[in-house]
Amino acid sequence: MSISTVPTGSGRSYLRLQARILMAPAILLLVVCAILPLLPTIYYSLIDYRLLASTSHDFVGAANYGRLITDPGFLPAIGNTLMLNGLVLTISILVGLGMAMLIDRVIVGRGLLRLLVISPFFVMPPVAALIWKNLLMQPVAGLFAWVSSVFGAGAVDWFSTLPLVSISLIVAWQWVPFACLVLLTSLQSFDREQREAAELDGASSWAIFRYLTLPHLARPIAIVVMIETIFLLSLFAEIYVTTGGGRTTNNLAFLIYSQVMLQYDIGVASAAGVVAVIFANILALVMVRLVGRSLEA
Amino acid sequence: MQRTRLSSVARRTLTWVLALAIAAPLLWALLASFKSELEAIASPPSFLVFDWTLENYRSVLESGDYLHSLRNSLIIAGGSSLLVMALAVPAAWAMAFAPTRHTRGILLWMLSTKMLPAVGVLIPIFLFYRDWGLLDTQAGVVLLLTAGNLPIAVWMLYANFNEVPGEILEAARMDGASIVQEVVRVLAPMALPGLASSFFLIFTLAWNESFWSLNMTTTDAAPLTAFVAAFSNPEGLFWAKLSAASMLSIAPVLVIGWLCQRQLVRGLTFGAVK
Amino acid sequence: MSDIVLEGVSKRFADHAASDQIDLVIPDGKFTVLVGPSGCGKTTLLRLIAGLEDVDEGRLLIDGVDMAHTAPVARGLAMVFQSYALYPHMSVRANLGFALMVKRTPKAEIARRVEHVAKMLDLEKLLDRKPAALSGGQRQRVAIGRALVREPKAFLFDEPLSNLDASLRTQMRFEIRRLQQELGITAVYVTHDQGEAMTMADNIVVLRAGRIEQVGAPLEIYRRPVNRFVAGFIGSPQMNFLGGPHAGRYDAATIGIRPEHLTVAADGALPCVVRTIEHLGSEALIHAETGDGSKLIARVSENLQVAVGQNIAFNVDPGCVHRFGADGNVIPEQKSDI
Repeated sequence: MSISTVPTGSGRSYLRLQARILMAPAILLLVVCAILPLLPTIYYSLIDYRLLASTSHDFVGAANYGRLITDPGFLPAIGNTLMLNGLVLTISILVGLGMAMLIDRVIVGRGLLRLLVISPFFVMPPVAALIWKNLLMQPVAGLFAWVSSVFGAGAVDWFSTLPLVSISLIVAWQWVPFACLVLLTSLQSFDREQREAAELDGASSWAIFRYLTLPHLARPIAIVVMIETIFLLSLFAEIYVTTGGGRTTNNLAFLIYSQVMLQYDIGVASAAGVVAVIFANILALVMVRLVGRSLEA
Repeated sequence: MQRTRLSSVARRTLTWVLALAIAAPLLWALLASFKSELEAIASPPSFLVFDWTLENYRSVLESGDYLHSLRNSLIIAGGSSLLVMALAVPAAWAMAFAPTRHTRGILLWMLSTKMLPAVGVLIPIFLFYRDWGLLDTQAGVVLLLTAGNLPIAVWMLYANFNEVPGEILEAARMDGASIVQEVVRVLAPMALPGLASSFFLIFTLAWNESFWSLNMTTTDAAPLTAFVAAFSNPEGLFWAKLSAASMLSIAPVLVIGWLCQRQLVRGLTFGAVK
Repeated sequence: MSDIVLEGVSKRFADHAASDQIDLVIPDGKFTVLVGPSGCGKTTLLRLIAGLEDVDEGRLLIDGVDMAHTAPVARGLAMVFQSYALYPHMSVRANLGFALMVKRTPKAEIARRVEHVAKMLDLEKLLDRKPAALSGGQRQRVAIGRALVREPKAFLFDEPLSNLDASLRTQMRFEIRRLQQELGITAVYVTHDQGEAMTMADNIVVLRAGRIEQVGAPLEIYRRPVNRFVAGFIGSPQMNFLGGPHAGRYDAATIGIRPEHLTVAADGALPCVVRTIEHLGSEALIHAETGDGSKLIARVSENLQVAVGQNIAFNVDPGCVHRFGADGNVIPEQKSDI
């Protein structure tokens, strides 16, 4: 991801002080709301703090972390987080890419196409989740059940048998527009002459795609991966509204939520919070490296 | 390698089918919102031929809950968006036009706060809010959403301001404009589309935000996200009513999003994708 | 009007000196061109004069007053930018009148001056259009008009013609020059095109790596360059440089001969082989190579019958050899009086 080159000073050195004043409020707010709370979180993770039991807030060192890691729900939560992330990214990018390449070739009605494709992005998560869970995926009266009956297949009981996949589908649906639009915009800046030169050289559509289009899209795909990952780590509403959590669908965020709101164990929840933050950073870095390298190969 | 007419027709058909499939859930819910509850769960489902009714919409609109939540959503999303712009515009201006060697670092730092999962700070904030009476208040949620959207806004505006050709501002300087005149008469008109689309994107993100708005409110400050989330534990038949409630909840941002899609994409990708 | 005088002006950027101890007088009412290769610091110098960059050292005197640390507008100079920098959301009329509006000039006065300038530059029909609806040449004229309206002490031009196509460029050269002469305003013009410098300037300043190499009238610089760099930079096609034994014959490290000063002669002093011939119609350029591999370009008449690969010999017109020492500086002609 690039930042436009920061220009060197140009005859306005007297503005330096004013610049600092202008940036201060924004920086202050972020520090107070985003950075400052990290300190208590780390602190709480190291003490015994449970809201229901009247405990003494003793320093317990790594005990909370120990209880966290040995909690039977912990590893599944991590696994679910990764699965969710992977599934949503894969589905949204594949569908988004396919849609983008199709729309790229269409001239008539592109505006309406865009309208249709962009709509899921603006639907609020609880609405999206409830519509999918009830109107679409419900095995008796849902639309999907009807569609599969038309093709002679049985209905899938989505949330009973494939809860994590179901949630991934819902979330991926909401992100397809973003992936599609980013990739479409990038495709449209793709130099047509390059493609035409390759066609003249006798390259097949597949070869053009693999050697010209994909590398060009490497950067926007990396951006999509990064941005989606950032938002996905705090995925919450869709789980809350459909399954209410549980072993199979807890992600890290929901695990913490349930520890705090349902079990009132602040200490362990804080430990999980610290883990979540570290996890988020690692995940984001890994994702971008992975995608960047494999596409430029 | 000529593309045959047939394959081009096939491709066009596929494009439209796929696009409709993507919009289908929404369209389906829209249809359901006009059905009676029995009709909504009928199998096989009816598509366009049924008794269209406005009963669901009437019922939702008349319920005090919906209007109460709507008001909260407007205040929370609107309030936090205005606050975000008030903080982000000066910051982005300073970074774009009076940069220092720290500017790049500060920008990256701001982005990194966005990478912080909200759950990482949920606990202290929850406890702090509880102890200071900020739970279930509009102000409490506004503050958190502002902090959440601020990095995005700063980035969007920064990218926007950077696209203003420096020479035009220099020309204004040569013409004798003071800083205020430069900003008001030259910069603002040129940056206005970017400012507007930043505001709309932030508003949309705030409107749809479902972590803090669900966790930090119960009744008084519950916005539409909480209102709809309540449908997850319904009694009896509710699909048609859910659909109507959903449509009413997403309508404003859906319309705005349709109108400003191009700028929104550019904004969300921080102008990195041209 | 005004003289602009620079004394010891220097400007450093992070790792190099963009301007290094510049002493320069820009004469009142004349057209001065700053010319040099990319990175020579000519644009920086212009921006220092304008006030868009801060001077690190030195004095900048406009009408005798040191303005090195004064804001641009107070210097009374107007600039025409390379990209024209028109305000895209304002009409041509508003663009032209902006500087006056900023100073709160009365509306009637603004209208009068805008109309006057529009007439001078043939912009009257375009006054209500926005820049996006104008062609490159029209935008350029609006940019010039915007500077004119301010009735400045001097005009500063930053490579204003480089975004125009070739024929328009030639036409605009004359327009700008004619305008400047009619109005008698001091002009400082930056270009990397030595041909533009030669045709437009009263006074040329050749720059390299932040330093002035030579200042003088066009013909003066052309005929009497003070060093190898200036000799090679000014003049198209480039001056021929010969080293080794050829130069030794003239007691120099390098000698320079302009292409037009080579005459074909059967027993010429420089025997060569013809490598390529460029036919321009009005004349021909012969690219030839001497026995020891040195390359020459000569301007000859189209009537001359020459073929590629042919042997040919040149004589140098008397008195037209430029002699350079090992340091690159010209070796002054020795007068016959001892």
